Formats: sequence, C-alpha cells, structure tokens
Amino acid sequence: MKIILPVLKAKDIVIHHTINLSERTIEKTEIANNFLTDIADVLLFIARFIKETFSRKFEIREFLYQCFKIGYKSLPLITVTGTIMGYVLTIQSRPVLVNFGAVTMLPGMVAISLIREMGPVITALICAGKIASGMGAELGSMKVTEQIEAMEVSSTHPMRYLVVPRVLAATLMIPLLVLYADALGIIGSWMGANLKGDVTLTLFFSQAFSHVIFIDLIPAIIKTFFFGAVIGLVGTYKGYNAGRGTESVGKAANSAVVLASLLVLIVDMIAVQITDMLVL
Amino acid sequence: MKTEKPELPDENAIAINTNDPIIEITKLCKSFGVQQVLKDISLKLFNGENLVVLGKSGSGKSVLIKCIVGLLKSDSGTIKVFHHNVTALTMKELGEVRQEIGFLFQSGALYDSMTVKENLEFPLIRLKANLTKKERDAKIEETLENVGLRDALYKMPSQLSGGMRKRISLARTIIIDPKIILYDEPTTGLDPVTSDEISILINDIQKKYKTSSIIITHDIECARATANRLIMLQNGQIYADGNIENYEKSTDNVIKSFFK
Ligand SMILES: Nc1ncnc2c1ncn2[C@@H]1O[C@H](COP(=O)(O)OP(=O)(O)OP(=O)(O)O)[C@@H](O)[C@H]1O
Ligand SMILES: [Mg+2]
Repeated sequence: MKIILPVLKAKDIVIHHTINLSERTIEKTEIANNFLTDIADVLLFIARFIKETFSRKFEIREFLYQCFKIGYKSLPLITVTGTIMGYVLTIQSRPVLVNFGAVTMLPGMVAISLIREMGPVITALICAGKIASGMGAELGSMKVTEQIEAMEVSSTHPMRYLVVPRVLAATLMIPLLVLYADALGIIGSWMGANLKGDVTLTLFFSQAFSHVIFIDLIPAIIKTFFFGAVIGLVGTYKGYNAGRGTESVGKAANSAVVLASLLVLIVDMIAVQITDMLVL
Repeated sequence: MKTEKPELPDENAIAINTNDPIIEITKLCKSFGVQQVLKDISLKLFNGENLVVLGKSGSGKSVLIKCIVGLLKSDSGTIKVFHHNVTALTMKELGEVRQEIGFLFQSGALYDSMTVKENLEFPLIRLKANLTKKERDAKIEETLENVGLRDALYKMPSQLSGGMRKRISLARTIIIDPKIILYDEPTTGLDPVTSDEISILINDIQKKYKTSSIIITHDIECARATANRLIMLQNGQIYADGNIENYEKSTDNVIKSFFK
C-alpha cells in the first residue's frame, strides 16, 4: 500500500496535466480557428466593398455628407493638433541644432519631419481616434437596433449605403486633413522659432521649403490615402460586425480605434520601407 | 367604420385561398451555436390570410420571420416565398422578392439619423423608383394619416414616444404596398386604445390591399382581432395550429396559459 500510494499520486498528476494540456490545445486551436475565420471575414468584407464601390447605384448624397462630416468637422481638432505638433517639434529640436551650430537648418528640418512623418502619422492617429471610433459606434448601434437589417429588407445593401460612402470619404478626406495639418504645423513651427529669433512667416516658409524636395512630398501623400482607407475600413468593419446587445457598441468603437491605430503604424512602416527601396 | 361599406360578413370580405400558399416552409431548422432555436418547422401562409404566431419569449418567433426574408440563413429546410426558394436565391433575386415583403421590426428599427419623412422616403425611393417627388410626398402623407401621426413629419425618431415610433415603423413597413407583411409584435408597448387601432389598421390593410400577413404577438386582444388562423411555437416546434375557437375551447395547459 505504502509503495502504491505515491505511484497513484503520480498517475493522478500525470493525468491531470495531460487533461490540462489537451484542454489548452483545444483552446488554442479554437483561438486559431477564430483568427482564421476573422481573416476570412475581413477579406470578404473588403471584396464586397470593392464590388459595391463599382456598382452603378452610388449613394452620392451620403458620400458628400460623409466628406463634410469627416473633413470639415475634424478641422478644429486638426488645427489645434497640427499647430502644437510644429510648435513642440521646433522647441525640442532647437537646442540640438544649436549644439551643432546648425540653427539655420531648423525650418527645413522641421518641415521635412512634418511632411514625411509627423503630419501624416499623427493626423492619421488622431483621425483613427475620432473617425474610426465614430464609425464603429454609429454602425454598431445601427446593427444592434436592427437598422442595418431594416436597410437590407428595403433592398438597399447596407454595404452600399453605409460602408462605401464612409470608406471613400475617409480615403479622400484624410489626405486633405494631413496637408492642412502640415501647413499648420509649419505655422506652429514658425511660432516656436519666433520665441527665440525673429523671422517673418514668408521667410520661414521659404526657408522651410527650400529643403523640401518633390521626393518628400509624393510618397507622404500617397501613404495618407492608405491611412484613410484603413481608418474607414476598420471603423465600418468593426461597427458592421458588432454583436448583439448594447455593450457590443462600446466594444466595436473601442476595438476600431485600437486596430485602426495599429494598422496606421504598420502601413506607415511598410510605406517607409517601400520608399526607402525605391529612392535609394 | 362599418357604415361606409355594404354590410358583408367578414368571410366574404377576405378571400383566403387555401390552395395557394404564398409562403411555404418545410422542415426549417436553425441553430445558433449549440442552441437549437427552430426544429423542423413546416408551415404555410395562404394567400390573403392573417396568420398569428404565438409563443413564449425566446421561442424563436423573430428568428422564424427573419429566416423568411433571408436576414438569417437557415441550417436546413426550404422556404418558398411566391414559389421562389429564398434559401437558394442570389442577392439580386432576393432583393426582388423583398420588394414585395413588408417587415415590421420588433424594435422598430427607425433610422436614428433621419427625420420621420426621410425614414419613410428611404424604401420609397429605392423600391418605387418610378414615383415622382409629388407622388412620394402624397404617399407619405397618406400613410402617416393611416397611422394617425400626421404632424410627426419633420421629427427625429429620438423625439418620438415609444408608441409613436412603433406606428412610424408600421408606416414605413406598409408604405411600399407589400403583398406580404410580417409584423413582429405590432402592439407591444402600446396602450389598449392604440393597440385596437393598430389591429383595425392591420385588418383594413388586409382587406384593402389583399395582403397576406404573419403577425407575431403576445397580445391576445390583437390576436383575436386579426387572426384567421393561429399557430403556437413551443421549444422550437409548432405546438398547435388552428383558428381562435379551437384555441379558446382547448383544454391543453400550455394553450390555456395564453388564453386566460
Ligand atoms: N443572431 C442571433 N445570434 C445568436 N442567438 C440568437 C440570435 N437571434 C436570436 N437568437 C436566440 O434565439 C432565441 C430565439 O430568439 P427570438 O428573437 O426569435 O425570440 P422571440 O420568440 O422573438 O422572443 P420575443 O418574444 O422575446 O421577441 C433566443 O434564445 C435568442 O437568444
Ligand atoms: Mg421577437
């Protein structure tokens, strides 16, 4: 008996661990499965989006309204953030440039970092917060209250009425907002430079743009279209696929922001890689 | 109400053709995950008939009518609407079938971001594209009159009371003159007077436009007023099928609990 007891115990432990392990494996495969269906879902969503974009019945009114909502209504926010961005960047870079005796480079350096990176990415991140979450919440609540289904029975594919105008409007408006943020960033930078120096705005602008070449502008603008598309697609996808019950509206909005921000950064990384390869 | 029309008994006013099922469901099954909501449902809706569906909360009534319009995909079984098998149609064909079906959502499902007028215009513009703006406005006015809410035209849904929302969604459902109407709890949450008005409206629509309807309800008064036939769902299956007299005479406990 005394010998058998530990053996039994050991057997118990082994069995316990095996069960535990297999349970965890099942859990893992489930997660993996869900992940795969999620990816399939996303691809289907994008395919439908493309198909509906080229359908004949384009909801032009809804598109214009969304442009107004995404573009015009974001102006105050982008004005503030754009200005602060340039201002802070200038104040922070100045001491470094002074150390190297290169203060004259300040406008050019700020302009380049604004146009290449800071403007697009920060604007896109802010828009991910404002626009993607708004779309997630709006479509999510429409889904929960059966409004999306109501559209469907009215023979209006919600994809056509809700998703296409929003995604296209975001794709078009984010680049404009980025350009606007860039311009305000340079003004903000001029304000920052004027704290410890005295340059007129026109002089500052010409100094800034003497360093900016075409190559800086084009890839930066191209990538903002992708940022816009990503923000629109993620926001609408999360809202459109919200679950049942009101708490899924919050979830949709929240995960829209997180995923959109993440994807903006990933797209940025890819874009930087590609430009790097093409230019060098 | 009755004085304008020649005195006809109800049986003459509505012509139910029992040889002509306008909706025919055979062996419909639907589950969500492990939960089996509908098990082997077979039923027919005849041309011109008001069919009331009774059943406890969660018995799958809403799921049933959502399957009929293809909002939910059934697991197995066939659903024929106007002799088209809904489960096998393409999106475009399904759209054509849906043009003839009015669907009143349990929650109303009014578009929050649109005024009452835009809500009513939405299906009209898309499903009755041949109407001029003037005809559309006239139609909207007429339908709002029918549900007794003429002044609500420029209100937002958030400004309406629960009962008003219900009636506006009813207006949006009937405005396209559908041949089949699926009402999901048309009188729930309404006061008795308004409930009666809705029941009368449902009957009027049936007679005037020769529609066939499925009416989901818990409201026995509404069921009495509108039903030509009733079915009862219980645990995902059809528990009883018959006219109102059959139910009221029944000694079955489940049925009696509904009709006390
Ligand atoms: N989209 C869905 N996903 C998961 N489960 C669902 C879905 N729709 C319905 N169900 C489940 O199916 C069951 C039946 O729901 P249904 O809405 O048809 O009930 P009902 O008979 O209409 O009840 P009520 O009278 O309360 O409206 C419920 O248990 C519900 O949880
Ligand atoms: Mg229901």
